[in-house]
Amino acid sequence: MNNPQLNKNGELQHLLTTEGLPVRILRNILDKAASFINEAEHNEIQKVPLLHGKSVFNIFFENSTRTRTTFEIAAKKLSADVVNLNIGSSSTSKGETLLDTVDNLCAMHADMFVVRHSTSGAAHLIAQHVAPHIHVINAGDGRHAHPTQALLDMYTIRHYKKEFHNLRVAIVGDVLHSRVARSQIHALTTLGVPEVRVIAPKTLLPTMVEKLGVQVYHDMAQGLKDVDVVMMLRLQNERMQGALLPSAQEYFKYYGLTQEKLAQARPDAIVMHPGPMNRGVEIDSSVADGSQSVILPQVTFGIAVRMAVMSTLAGAGK
Amino acid sequence: MNIHIKGGRLIDPRNKIDALHDVFIVDKRVAAIGQAPAGFIAEQVLDASGLIVVPGLVDVAARLREPGYEYKATLESEMEAAVAGGVTSLSCPPDTDPPLDEPGLVEMLKHRARSLNQARVFPVGALTYGLKGAELTEMAELTDAGCKAFGQADAPLTDTRVLLRAMQYAATFGYRVWLRPLDSYLAKNGVAHDGEVATRLGLPGIPVIAETIALNTMLQLARETGVNLHICRISSAAAVEMVRAAKREGLKVTCDVSMNHVHLTEVDIGFFNANCHLMPPLRTQRDRSALRDGLRDGTIDAICSNHSPVDDDAKQLPFAEAEAGATGLELLLPLVLKWADEEGIPLLDALARITTNSANLINPKMGHLSVGAHADVCMFDPKLSWKVEPAALKSQGKNTPFLGMQMQGKVRGTIVEGKIVYVA
Repeated sequence: MNNPQLNKNGELQHLLTTEGLPVRILRNILDKAASFINEAEHNEIQKVPLLHGKSVFNIFFENSTRTRTTFEIAAKKLSADVVNLNIGSSSTSKGETLLDTVDNLCAMHADMFVVRHSTSGAAHLIAQHVAPHIHVINAGDGRHAHPTQALLDMYTIRHYKKEFHNLRVAIVGDVLHSRVARSQIHALTTLGVPEVRVIAPKTLLPTMVEKLGVQVYHDMAQGLKDVDVVMMLRLQNERMQGALLPSAQEYFKYYGLTQEKLAQARPDAIVMHPGPMNRGVEIDSSVADGSQSVILPQVTFGIAVRMAVMSTLAGAGK
Repeated sequence: MNIHIKGGRLIDPRNKIDALHDVFIVDKRVAAIGQAPAGFIAEQVLDASGLIVVPGLVDVAARLREPGYEYKATLESEMEAAVAGGVTSLSCPPDTDPPLDEPGLVEMLKHRARSLNQARVFPVGALTYGLKGAELTEMAELTDAGCKAFGQADAPLTDTRVLLRAMQYAATFGYRVWLRPLDSYLAKNGVAHDGEVATRLGLPGIPVIAETIALNTMLQLARETGVNLHICRISSAAAVEMVRAAKREGLKVTCDVSMNHVHLTEVDIGFFNANCHLMPPLRTQRDRSALRDGLRDGTIDAICSNHSPVDDDAKQLPFAEAEAGATGLELLLPLVLKWADEEGIPLLDALARITTNSANLINPKMGHLSVGAHADVCMFDPKLSWKVEPAALKSQGKNTPFLGMQMQGKVRGTIVEGKIVYVA
């Protein structure tokens, strides 16, 4: 099966998922991101002309503030022209199909699409459809993938932990519905993390999740024992309706990250969250704002990582 | 017309014939096999040397999309596809718009189909009005109009009491009930087998228990009512085992499988190939081999195309939003041949699954070439290889998981009721 992300020279043509991404490409993106960050100057990011004259279209069929904004900042830091389209999920009901929308935007001379869509596989579909000079970045598709989030998480882990090969990482929460979790798992296993754990009640874990290369825990105390990295997932309120969970309170009691539960992890463990957080549901404020939290640096690194992804794609085939 | 089919290898599974025999057709019937009947003068001689001559194929599940979905396909296009695929009799599920729940609709469909002079259509009538699972249709009236069985297509029948009564009523008259086992709550929003691939791709899953729980209910009701139950399109190893046990017990149960499930698994979805969005979903390799075992030992009676033409607009969408279904009438024969070849099954046995066995489910007068039988014949070249591509298909539906693949075995001529309706 061809990897639809790579061109015939093995270069990254689209970024659709972290699954099957060669480790050299993954590491290159992290290294490139590092080159954009001036750590001496409070992680300041300089503007560079790498995408000068290029048009980046942010097409969001699903709402997002943080991801869209960081993509926009990243593209502008690369000197690209940025167009933001919040199409919302209603556009297809107005009669225009996803690919019609894409065709129209191609006619406006887009060079790169950043796509978010509520359905798994949307970014793949667009990538298969567009002309070969156009690049597609998946900014989240259904439950499937959110590769730039996973890459910025990897950047954050490397920043604080330096290496991957000696880490124990726990991913906590709604893995079933989480594109972030899937992309994190593939990125972590590709980078050589020897032990990736998922911690959740059975209702929030997909069938055969262990086949993704993770160990399954249902108990927080056991699952967090001696881990180096805790990656929290967002819990959507609607999970209470589908008979997946009885209440946010009970979820917090058993799976919410508190200082007490975090004490099971290694003393230097870092706590991450892709945002937006539900304080008091999946994470206690004292942890979110505590000394082990790296949640805000994640956001800053996200800009540099997205710059690295965009400039890597723009360099493909040249 | 008097037709002499000359020099072909005749395979007639009902009569256990696999030999070089000429076939002689007089008017609308098979007049003789081997030796010409006395006084026979051929008006047309068909040279079948190098070809295999079989009874016209019988497909127990082919959606024609009329009435209501003419933008997906029309009777004209799909009947042409049928005979191009060697299919001379087919049965269509009732999920048209409106559904086939009124005798008038069934009569109109049969009339429209007859006027095209191609394949024969044996509709499955709706078991409940509007396929809503609440009120019984007029099954006796629908039978008079031409329905051969009653079912719900892919519409759920969640009220078990309605299902019990539908079976009791059907059993009263000896009507067959055709059902696809699916618990609609467990399958809700699902688009792929609930397993490794769906987990990886983040696709909502349909677990095997959605099939087996519903099947268990159906089998218990069949035991209770004595109804003639046909299980449509089973997809899992567990379901095969349940049907096997039910048959062993002596329940009046028959069963079919779609050709897609004989060949494909969830892995074929690859990176969201919407052509592999099918109902039931493609399952695991273990399930596929159990389905093949079920075919081999007779647990599964027939193979069908589950022909469901879908327009491009409805397929060129992200996997979960794309409409389920694939075109199939023209692939039924080559895919059955491929299965037979892979499993080392003699053609006589293999072709029974799309002739006599499937005919027994809808009309035992079809699916064989006994002297006096309807002269429905399919002639094919077993060696001819062809590529599945839109231009090669007569069906208005161009989407299939087999797109781009090479098929071996091509229909060269089709005869319905003594009339040559397709030549290639």
